[in-house]
Amino acid sequence: MSGKPKSHHRAVGAAPALNPFRGADVGPAIRLSITRLTPLYQARNPVMFVVFVGSIVTTAIFALTLIWPNSPLAGGQGAGFVGWITFWLWFTLIFANFAEAIAEGKGRAQADSLKKARRDVSAKQLTRADDRKSFKTVAANSLRKGDLVLIEAGDFVPSDGQVIEGIASIDESAVTGESAPVIRESGGDRDAVTGGTRVLSDWVVVRVTSDPGESFLDRMIGLVESAKRQKTPNEIALSILLAAMTIIFLLVSATLLPFSAFSVTRAGSGTVITVTVLIALLVCLIPTTIGGLLSAIGISGMQRLIGANVIATSGRAVEAAGDVNVLLLDKTGTITFGNRQAVEFFAAPGVTRQQLAEAAELASLADETPEGRSIVVLARRLFGLPERTAKDVEANFIPFSAEQRISGVVIRERHIMKGASDAIARLVAMKGGAFPPDTAREIDDIARKGGTPLVVAEGPQVLGVVYLKDIVKPDIKARLADLRKMGIKSVMITGDNPLTAAAIASEAGVDDFIAEATPETKLKYIRRMQEGGELVAMVGDGTNDAPALAQSDVAVAMNSGTQAAKEAGNMVDLDSDPTKLIEIVEIGKQLLMTRGALTTFSIANDLAKYFAIIPAAFAGTYPALGALNLMGLASPESAILSAVIFNALVIIALVPLALRGVKYRAESAERLLTRNVLIYGLGGVVTPFIGIKLIDLALSATGLA
Amino acid sequence: MTASLFGWGGLQIAVYLVVLLACVVPLGTFMARVFQGERNLLTPVISPLERLVYAAIGTDADKDMSFRDYAMAVIVFSGASFALLFLMLVGQGLLPFNPQGLPGLTPDLAFNTAVSFVTNTNWQSYAGESTLSYFSQMAGLTVQNFLSAGVGMAVLVAMVRGMTRRKATGIGNFWVDLTRAVLYVLLPLSLLFAFVLGPMGVVQTFAAYVDAHTLEGAKQTIALGPVASQEAIKMLGTNGGGFFNTNSAHPFENPTPFSNFLECLAILLIPAALCHSFGVMVKDRRQGLALIAAMTVVFVPLVLFAASAEQAGNPHLNALGIDQVASTVQPGGNMEGKEVRFGIANSALWAAATTAASNGSVNSMHDSYTPLGGFVPMLLMKFGEVIYGGVGSGLYGMLVFVIVTVFIAGLMVGRTPEYLGKKIQSFEMKMASIAILAPCAVVLIGTAIAVATDSGRAGILNPGAQGFSEVLYAFTSAGNNNGSAFAGLSANTPFYNVALGLCMLIGRYMVLIPALAIGASLAAKNTTPASAGTLPTHTPLFVAVLIGVIILVGVLTYAPSLALGPVIEHFVMIGG
Repeated sequence: MSGKPKSHHRAVGAAPALNPFRGADVGPAIRLSITRLTPLYQARNPVMFVVFVGSIVTTAIFALTLIWPNSPLAGGQGAGFVGWITFWLWFTLIFANFAEAIAEGKGRAQADSLKKARRDVSAKQLTRADDRKSFKTVAANSLRKGDLVLIEAGDFVPSDGQVIEGIASIDESAVTGESAPVIRESGGDRDAVTGGTRVLSDWVVVRVTSDPGESFLDRMIGLVESAKRQKTPNEIALSILLAAMTIIFLLVSATLLPFSAFSVTRAGSGTVITVTVLIALLVCLIPTTIGGLLSAIGISGMQRLIGANVIATSGRAVEAAGDVNVLLLDKTGTITFGNRQAVEFFAAPGVTRQQLAEAAELASLADETPEGRSIVVLARRLFGLPERTAKDVEANFIPFSAEQRISGVVIRERHIMKGASDAIARLVAMKGGAFPPDTAREIDDIARKGGTPLVVAEGPQVLGVVYLKDIVKPDIKARLADLRKMGIKSVMITGDNPLTAAAIASEAGVDDFIAEATPETKLKYIRRMQEGGELVAMVGDGTNDAPALAQSDVAVAMNSGTQAAKEAGNMVDLDSDPTKLIEIVEIGKQLLMTRGALTTFSIANDLAKYFAIIPAAFAGTYPALGALNLMGLASPESAILSAVIFNALVIIALVPLALRGVKYRAESAERLLTRNVLIYGLGGVVTPFIGIKLIDLALSATGLA
Repeated sequence: MTASLFGWGGLQIAVYLVVLLACVVPLGTFMARVFQGERNLLTPVISPLERLVYAAIGTDADKDMSFRDYAMAVIVFSGASFALLFLMLVGQGLLPFNPQGLPGLTPDLAFNTAVSFVTNTNWQSYAGESTLSYFSQMAGLTVQNFLSAGVGMAVLVAMVRGMTRRKATGIGNFWVDLTRAVLYVLLPLSLLFAFVLGPMGVVQTFAAYVDAHTLEGAKQTIALGPVASQEAIKMLGTNGGGFFNTNSAHPFENPTPFSNFLECLAILLIPAALCHSFGVMVKDRRQGLALIAAMTVVFVPLVLFAASAEQAGNPHLNALGIDQVASTVQPGGNMEGKEVRFGIANSALWAAATTAASNGSVNSMHDSYTPLGGFVPMLLMKFGEVIYGGVGSGLYGMLVFVIVTVFIAGLMVGRTPEYLGKKIQSFEMKMASIAILAPCAVVLIGTAIAVATDSGRAGILNPGAQGFSEVLYAFTSAGNNNGSAFAGLSANTPFYNVALGLCMLIGRYMVLIPALAIGASLAAKNTTPASAGTLPTHTPLFVAVLIGVIILVGVLTYAPSLALGPVIEHFVMIGG
């Protein structure tokens, strides 16, 4: 994995506040908002469908009024008024369509570039992995799961797969947007290749892991285009609430006709409320604001995720991310830098620090691990040792073996070994030496501090111990604190012993840790948490993470990881950045918050609309109701029209918010709620009073109503 | 607001609230113990009786019921109750304890009355003393007063039990819950109240009506009956169906200011205390407290508003030189339709309490209230009978509103909404939507049909907007299972009997069954432990949002109809 610049991807999802339409083509969006005014398309959204039907009815009334001005349906209202209402009702629909189209449009550009990557390439299909000479050329889209292909320098990777032989550098920029090539090789945790990427050098033999149409790239295009976007569980629940509210307001408006007729008879004055006004009232009351923006919110939420270079298999996973309350993080690479570094030498009694440092440096000269290199660097820095290479000292190196758990060097008669304390102790004892108690104490100290003690011995004599320290990433503590504020518990997973793990855990500020973790212990831990009702998220890359990833509720696999891990996860992070999960959680939360805030705003708006429409609608029957005309609107007609215009304009005004999402801050639920209730609840009550009044003033000034 | 409201009237309202809230914790704790099957004060006395009941009806008290079984049991039980009561009322003439020889009821009136009492509405199309025999009152109505209240409590308990369980399929046993509600709570409390009310002058006799000769020499028939025993459960079980036509304004039902105080207390006693039982059962008393707080915060301002509107009286009377100012010799304000022994504060308090809870009894005639005074009872019913509400039904209705509030508020904090650790998802929203929608729908549609048809308009006695208010009030009362009447509407016609009967049925069961379904669905879910990211549901902020949702739903649904009724009446009155 590599630290990478993320700049150019940001443009897709998190557009700057100033220009929310950036990255979207406004022209096609406008075209779509009009062509989508079909019954079939509108029926997908019950709230907007009601507006659609209402618009058709008022259009009919308008047409009728033009032909027959005194028809009973017009109820004495002029064609001008009916026409203007009709005009704005259609625009309510167009605005809602526009919001959705503009959200989709922002993803389309990315989808197009992805599609280019999916071009129909040919593939070199092999029958046997070891016979790379006899391949036949087939179309990439004919490859099935399990097929073997050879990919050589300059070839496109025809499909997702797993490298089973060879090593190659691959340009993944088409998928990840990252231009630096990555290495993919068989075995280990870097064996997954993605369709659409290109081999730059060398060759690999790959076993195909997805059938046509199901590859990573296909999923990604589907997501971006949102063609296959399914409603998420929360969206469904919210739609039910919105539908229920629409039914209530349908009843309110429909029953107003007999109520009005009865009142006119009783009062002996005025006229019965007209169908046009009833429809205007209905459209103002039903939650068109949230109804019109709901799909745009969902689409742009997914795009924010893609903008963060994360691909989710479903919207459900994104929503679940917002609910996560336990987060499992791998220590290495997430909490600490992947490698341990030497920070101190502790010499045994009778040995100087310099002697120890020199011996450690010699033993590490050919050790290419980050730990080995850090020992060399430290020894040279502290004691000014000369630059030299392994060749210079004519040394024979004994490489590290997992069995012995030591490595070392033989220079003529000198046998210098380094390794874990128990391994060195055994070796020294075999050679008849003794383990100095002072060094043993120092080893314990280092372990307690979370470090790794590396013991150095020459022959039977223990020279001392090198303190290898796990360096905790500087910004991780703040991020973990943010998580805690959100109510998410962080758990560190490490293969270290409990003592070391505890020390690092407390330094980084995680809430809990799993030491000496094996796939089984991880799985057990996750199950136990889930039994207790927690929602668990996990990041993983290796094949041994796969069972735990599969068990987690939210599982983010690193793109650099194995195919097994990617298949077990429900999201893939293209940047392979383990702290990305925190960002994903925020995106999930923001998605829900935006929906909640706009729903609240939408409902709160209704109060002012009542104050505008009720006195106007019954002005003839009960002039005394004029006392409710708090806004002092000019005339009944302009009052009703102003409410309808406000209702339409508010959709377009809120499109940027829907696309950008409500601002999320890491703080407690109580504080979040306070702020959102004040802004969207109280704000939602007050805004329309001002907005409707301003529109009314404008209408009176221009003499339109 | 006039001086007297801050004086004696205000003081009486304050004392009432203090006594009510003081009873909440002990009674609430007691009821929680009863419903959880724990040992309590009455166990030694009642448990043998309880076991006898289980043996008699052949139920296994330990057997858990699924949602389907529980709902089925409620429906079968209610259906049987209805059938029995209907037959009893139609065949009243053939049954004993009928000293006045009152004939059987017409089928439509019997339907309306049976539905009314089985649904705990107690809408009375009949006039008690001139229509029903002692037998019908006691064996029919009073029995249903107990059982319908018991059903409400049982359903509430099952719903709450569902919230406390995790990954469970059962929500308890209906027969056990019902038996416990009646035996441990309703019967003992009623007994206590009957014995207290009796000596104050509430009559209790099987003797025939008495004829008296007035000073002018006219003959007056004074109706009597076994009133005290019915009065107690009428108030405690949020029933409200009076023995006499004038209900608790009648001196034999409610003779003194003190009996008035006790009866008024009895209206809200169990509904308020059940909130605390809820807190105990979910092992977080703050949750129950939050609900009481929400109810009280809505209730108190409305009581004061109604009282001050009544105290202010009618400006037109001032113009005629009539003194409406309270003084030591007169209560002042609008005393039309109110009893002098209760005065304005206690009448307004009762009017608010009886409509906040789905009691529906009256000690004054709401039809005679000022427009704004009469607006309060109507509004309280339109809030869906969740401000205290009916026994059991009020709280389960409130919990439905809580779920909607949790959903909206939960989204605003960026998490799948949770209540008591349970995720609120589409099924719960579907059920909550039905429960909120159904009463609104029957009120609006019922009123619309009534004002649009001749048979509906025929019953309207008053002119103008008042006539509309009367019809709206009747359907609001029936659809929300309150049962109070605005008067001024001749509701004993086949049209109103059937229409209001249907409203009561829908208003009861279309809330009750979704509430049970929510409980069962939550029982099946795992419980998420609370964290900093969880929306707390016991804080003042949540209470404020909850109140906002209740008011918004009520106001947005009924704003146009209220505007055409009480609101316009008010403006016409003050505008002249």
